[in-house]
Amino acid sequence: MQPIVEFQNICKEYPGVVANNNVSFKIIRQSIHAILGENGAGKSTLVKILYGHVKPDKGQIIINSDLVTINSPTMAQTLGINMVFQHFSLFESLTVAENLILGMSEKISLSKLKSNSETICNKYGFNLNLNSPISSLSVGQRQSVEIVRSLLNNPKILIMDEPTSVLTPDEINKLFKIIKKLVADGLTVIFISHKLDEIINLSDHVTIMRNGEVISNLTTKNEDPESLGYKMLGYKVTKTKQINNVNYSENVLSLSNLSSFSQDPFTTNLNKINFNLKKGQIFGIAGVAGNGQKELMEILLNENDFEFNGDIIFKNININKLSTFQRKSLSISYVTEQRLGHSAVPEMSLSENILLSMNHKTEFKKGDFINFDRINSYANDVIKNFNVDTPSFNVKAGKLSGGNLQKFIIGREIMSDPELLILSQPTWGIDAGSEAFIKKSLIELSHRGVSIIIISHDLDELLEVCHNISVLYEGSLSKSLNVENIDITKLGKYMGGLFD
Amino acid sequence: MNIDLVIGILNIVLISTTPLVLAGIGELVTEKSGVLNLGLEGLMLVGAVTGFITLVLTGNYFYSLFFSIISGVILSGIFAFLVLNLMTNQIATGLALTIFGIGLSAMLGKKFSGTPIEGLNPYYFIVISFLLVLMVSYFLSKTKSGLIVRAVGENHNSAYALGYNVIKTRYMTIIFGGVMSSLAGFYISICYAPMWQEGMTAGRGWIALALVVFATWKPWRLLVGAYIFGGVAIMQMNLQAIGVKLPGQFFNMMPYLATILVLVFISSNKLRLKLSAPASLNIPFEKNQ
Repeated sequence: MQPIVEFQNICKEYPGVVANNNVSFKIIRQSIHAILGENGAGKSTLVKILYGHVKPDKGQIIINSDLVTINSPTMAQTLGINMVFQHFSLFESLTVAENLILGMSEKISLSKLKSNSETICNKYGFNLNLNSPISSLSVGQRQSVEIVRSLLNNPKILIMDEPTSVLTPDEINKLFKIIKKLVADGLTVIFISHKLDEIINLSDHVTIMRNGEVISNLTTKNEDPESLGYKMLGYKVTKTKQINNVNYSENVLSLSNLSSFSQDPFTTNLNKINFNLKKGQIFGIAGVAGNGQKELMEILLNENDFEFNGDIIFKNININKLSTFQRKSLSISYVTEQRLGHSAVPEMSLSENILLSMNHKTEFKKGDFINFDRINSYANDVIKNFNVDTPSFNVKAGKLSGGNLQKFIIGREIMSDPELLILSQPTWGIDAGSEAFIKKSLIELSHRGVSIIIISHDLDELLEVCHNISVLYEGSLSKSLNVENIDITKLGKYMGGLFD
Repeated sequence: MNIDLVIGILNIVLISTTPLVLAGIGELVTEKSGVLNLGLEGLMLVGAVTGFITLVLTGNYFYSLFFSIISGVILSGIFAFLVLNLMTNQIATGLALTIFGIGLSAMLGKKFSGTPIEGLNPYYFIVISFLLVLMVSYFLSKTKSGLIVRAVGENHNSAYALGYNVIKTRYMTIIFGGVMSSLAGFYISICYAPMWQEGMTAGRGWIALALVVFATWKPWRLLVGAYIFGGVAIMQMNLQAIGVKLPGQFFNMMPYLATILVLVFISSNKLRLKLSAPASLNIPFEKNQ
């Protein structure tokens, strides 16, 4: 069949990084073409070039056998190319209808828009209320708005950048059905992902990218997840699976009836959360983003005096009223979601960043002066023990790659000998090597009797590392499931709010 | 208090408040697109002096208005180039524009200070100011272009991703704001007090800025707010005339006090803050090329 899109020798270089290096491949009309690669492999840059969002340094794009220069998203839209973004491009305070209008390249009357969007919604099973503001919608509904908005332009090619990263397993199935129907109706879909199972399930063809280059072009039905994974990474990642059971009985942390009552509609209130964490246990909190993870972390960390009812008991001490500083002094350590700006200050050196979370330790001070010798040697130990790839501890934190910085931050907390470590999204957006290393470190830490809480949207990660998993849904916590004999369908139901 | 006095006061309020409405509605549109222009005072003064000098030299009101507006286009165009293309800090650049405008207008107007002219009837501009509020309100809530302005001010990255030209949109709104400010200046030196005097806008640019926040970025509230602020200023003179012993500074501070109270009220509730203030206000837009 004739290709609808052909990339020829696309090159794009950012200062210090080659995002795309001589990328050439073809996309067949009316197919689902997946682009697979790790974070930073150059997938997003490539589709942004196709969408006119980024200008390539070199290379050509051929669409329908015509050589085209795509200077802007508007230009891409007139060529029939539309995109559903990974981080949604919706306007929070505007209504669904206003957001739809903004996505249209032509002028349209409100009544025409209504009938057009209704046709699309009925055909593909979307459910939208045109008058609700975006801020009141769930993540899944927001994605529906994005997709309907793209379809209103009658595209020929639809780019979807990591569309499943924020959805529940149920929503993912629904999305895949919609994508297959769209392709049956004549659309070509370019699907970007780093999840191997999804690509096997959905796509017809797959292009694998690594470090900005195309590694191979494959027909999906000849592949399996293992072979794709090996080609994506260039090496085999050995998974360390948590195996031993918790033999300890000592309670380290208990939450009882934790509830919050914020009036702010942009926060999710917690609803009577209870759990007990044993010594040496790794407890995973799963769930789709925006179901109370942020609020739970707020309460556990207590940086902003977020109001709540209920009790947090750490080793028989009620820590409800204790500040972050005091909690850290009780040997609770935290790794927050935002690496740059919260866990680390990008403009400060690695050793200065040590002091950022070790302020409660007197060993780093001489009177009121900073003991730089101690800090530097601590930073050096972290760099050595946690394989942080950096020339020295004087390098600014912002210069490290995501994976290296995360290893440094987690290393910093682990080396402070905590009894309880609370992490939020510990491996989000980092390379597979660092991810495996961090998982291994956490499992080893639990063997030493340290209790760990991991709040994560990444179910695979939790299944690999944790002893027990509970799901947060609209502020309520499901009962905890033992990972040893876990029922994945049940977990999926929990994520959709069907607790038993 | 007799009827004549009340009508007299209302008349003065109407005449004295119009510059606040004009400059305020311009700044409202600028801020809706996500740009904070603190240079209103400077723009008004330059608009006032340019209009005045042109009138003295040519005796033609049309030329006077035309050059006053041109001064607003040029100055706000420079401001737009600095903050949009060179991505300078909006607050610092706006303050610089005010200070520059104060100095430039004083220098240009030095020879003309005290020259008598025949003023223009203010009532035309009062009507125009009402019409402008109506038009801006219609533009922002009912037209696609107005929706684009709001979208750019709400989330410029998303607007860019959808194919809208963020820089161009902001150029337009900044220049609209600049023209409205210079029009307010023209009104002050040609209609309200037909004369030129150094610093004659007397802080109205700052009040107009405060007014936009006070109105929570809504055109009709801006009109109401302008008349409240304007009324308080006039009340000061009349109360002093009938012997109420409150210091004049007390009244001068009222608009700012009211604005601070509104700000406290808005930011006491995160939702209210999110729904009223343009989310990209004062955040520079950088294309990720």
